[in-house]
Amino acid sequence: MSQPRELYELTAHELSDLLASKQVSAREALDSVWGRITSADEALHSYILLTRDVAERQAAAVDERRAKGERLPALAGVPIALKDIYCTKGIETTCCSRILAGFVPPYDAHVIERCREHGLVFLGKTNMDEFAMGSSTENSSRGVTRNPWDLDRVPGGSSGGSAASVAASETIVSMGTDTGGSIRQPASLCGVVGMKPTYGRVSRYGVVAFASSLDQVGPITKDVRDCALMLNMLAGYDPRDSTSINTPVPDYTQALKPNVKGLRIGLVKEFMEYQGVGVDPEVGAAVRAAVARLEELGATCDEVSLPYLNYSIPVYYIIAPAEASSNLARFDGVQYGHRTREKVADIIEMYRKTRDEGFGSEVKRRIMLGTYALSAGYYDAYYLKAGQVRTLIRQDFDRAFEQYDLLVGPVSPTVAFRLGEKTEDPVAMYLSDVCTIPVNLGGLPGMSVPCGFSREGMPIGLHIVGKPLGEETMLRAAYAFEQSGDFHRRRAVPVETRDGRRLAVTRA
Amino acid sequence: MLLTPEEVDHVALLGRLELTSEERERFTDQLNSILEHFEQLGQLDTAGVPAMSHAIAMSNVLREDVPAPSLSPEEALQNAPDQASGCFRVPRVIE
Repeated sequence: MSQPRELYELTAHELSDLLASKQVSAREALDSVWGRITSADEALHSYILLTRDVAERQAAAVDERRAKGERLPALAGVPIALKDIYCTKGIETTCCSRILAGFVPPYDAHVIERCREHGLVFLGKTNMDEFAMGSSTENSSRGVTRNPWDLDRVPGGSSGGSAASVAASETIVSMGTDTGGSIRQPASLCGVVGMKPTYGRVSRYGVVAFASSLDQVGPITKDVRDCALMLNMLAGYDPRDSTSINTPVPDYTQALKPNVKGLRIGLVKEFMEYQGVGVDPEVGAAVRAAVARLEELGATCDEVSLPYLNYSIPVYYIIAPAEASSNLARFDGVQYGHRTREKVADIIEMYRKTRDEGFGSEVKRRIMLGTYALSAGYYDAYYLKAGQVRTLIRQDFDRAFEQYDLLVGPVSPTVAFRLGEKTEDPVAMYLSDVCTIPVNLGGLPGMSVPCGFSREGMPIGLHIVGKPLGEETMLRAAYAFEQSGDFHRRRAVPVETRDGRRLAVTRA
Repeated sequence: MLLTPEEVDHVALLGRLELTSEERERFTDQLNSILEHFEQLGQLDTAGVPAMSHAIAMSNVLREDVPAPSLSPEEALQNAPDQASGCFRVPRVIE
C-alpha cells in the first residue's frame, strides 16, 4: 500500500493479512464498509436488503475466535455482498421478484454454508434482474442499480448489484450467478473481476434455479487474487447437486504466477464479430492491446474461428427459457411467496392470477417463449434443434482447445449502455450477451478482467475462457495480465458535486 | 407471422399466466420477432447430431436410498400463504 487507505478500499487478501495479524478487527472492517454503503448506496442502489444485525454477530464471532488464538480461514472476517438468489436461512430471499416477496428460506444454499463456515460477514442482498433474466438489472422489481462509473448507465446484469457494490467499494467481495454472462458482463461493465467456473465446479444446491443446465455460481472481486481465494472456498463436490463434479479442488492461489510463458492463446473471431457485426471499436482495440500484452508476457497468440458460435443467441434463447419455464412452474402461490388476494373460482385461476401479479414482463416473456418451445408439435423444431446446435458449439470449442490453452476476446460488445436504452427491444438486449453465452452453452469456465477504459471513462473487460476445469490456467493468465498494469487499482468513487448530484470519478 | 394472438393466449394458459390485452398484443409482436431470430437454426444440418443437454458427461448419478435429516413440518410450512392442519391449503381442485 503506497498510502494509507480506508479499510473499505482494500482487497480481501489485503484485509485478510491485517485481520490475521490483528492490526484490524472484523468489527472495524465492517464499520468502515458500512460507512461506505451509507454514503454511496443512495446514489447506486446496489443493495436491496441490508443485514447489519447478522453482520455484527458474524464479525463479533470472528473477532472472538481470533482473540482465543484460533487459526481461521483466509476470508474470515471479510465482508461480502450476496446476490438475492441464494437461499439464506433466516434472511429474506426474493430474486428481486414480487412473487417471492417475504420468502425467508428455512435452509442455506451450499455456497452460503461455505461462506458461514469460512467466517464471512454478510452485508446484505444485492439487486439483480428478476430471476436473473436480464443484462442490465433493469428487470428488477426493486428499482434500478446505477453504474458507479457513470450514474446514467446500467451496471450490467443480471448480477448488477453485486458488480456495482464491488466497483464502488461498498463491499470487499461479492458473489453472483452466471447463466448467460450474468457474472462476467456486469464485472466487465463495472471494471471488476468476475468468474463463472466450469459447470459443476460449484454446487447449485439452494440457488434459485433459472436454467439448470447453464447456471453456475461464482465470485465478483476487486482483483484476481481475491477471485482465487473465493474459488478456493466455493468449489467442491456436493452430493445434493447431482451435476456437481467430484474431483479434488486445488489451491487456486498457487496458479497466480506473473508470467504466461508457453501458453497458447487464441483470439476468437466470433467474439470480435457476431454474424459479421463487429464489437465497438474501442472495445476491440482494448482487447487487441491486451492480447499484445499477453504476447509480451510470454504467450503465443493468434486468431481462431469457431463458426458455430454465430448461432449462440438463438440456441441460448430457446434452451434457457425452456428450462426456466419448467423451473418457474414452482412459483404457484401454494408453498411460499405471493398468492393473489382476488376471489378465484378454482386452483387454475389462482395460479394464473398469482403468477400474473407476481412476475415482471421479462419473466413472463421467457415463460411464454419456453412454454411455446416445449409445447406439442414444436419440441423438435426448437428445443431438440437447439440442443443439437449446442453440441456443435461445444465441438467447436473442443477443436480449438486442441491448439490453444485459453481463448480470449471481449466480454461485452460495448461498454455499459444508458439506462432505458434497450428496455423496449428484447432482441437488442439479448445481443449484449453474445460473447458470454457460448461459454455457458459449452459448460466452460470464463472470466472477466479489466483491460482498459473507453474515451468516456467506461471500463472494458477482457474475456478469458478455459478448458473444462481449466480455472488455474485462466487465473494464471488473468493474474499475469492484471499485474502488468494498473487497471485493477482504479476504483469508481461517487462524490457529491456542487449541484447536489452524485457523479462518479476515477481515482488511481 | 408465426404466432397469432389466439396461440399466445393458449401458450399463456399452458404457462399458467394471465395476460392483459395490452400484454397479449405486445407479447405477440415481441415473441414473433424473437421467433424470427430463431429461424436461422433451420439452415443448419444437424442430422445425426446428438442433443447436448448437460455440459459434462454424467448420467445416472445414483445414491443409496437412506433417510437423512430434512425440514420439519413447521419449517416446511413457515412460508405458506395459506395452511390448515399441517397442510398447504389451496382453492377447490375437484368439483
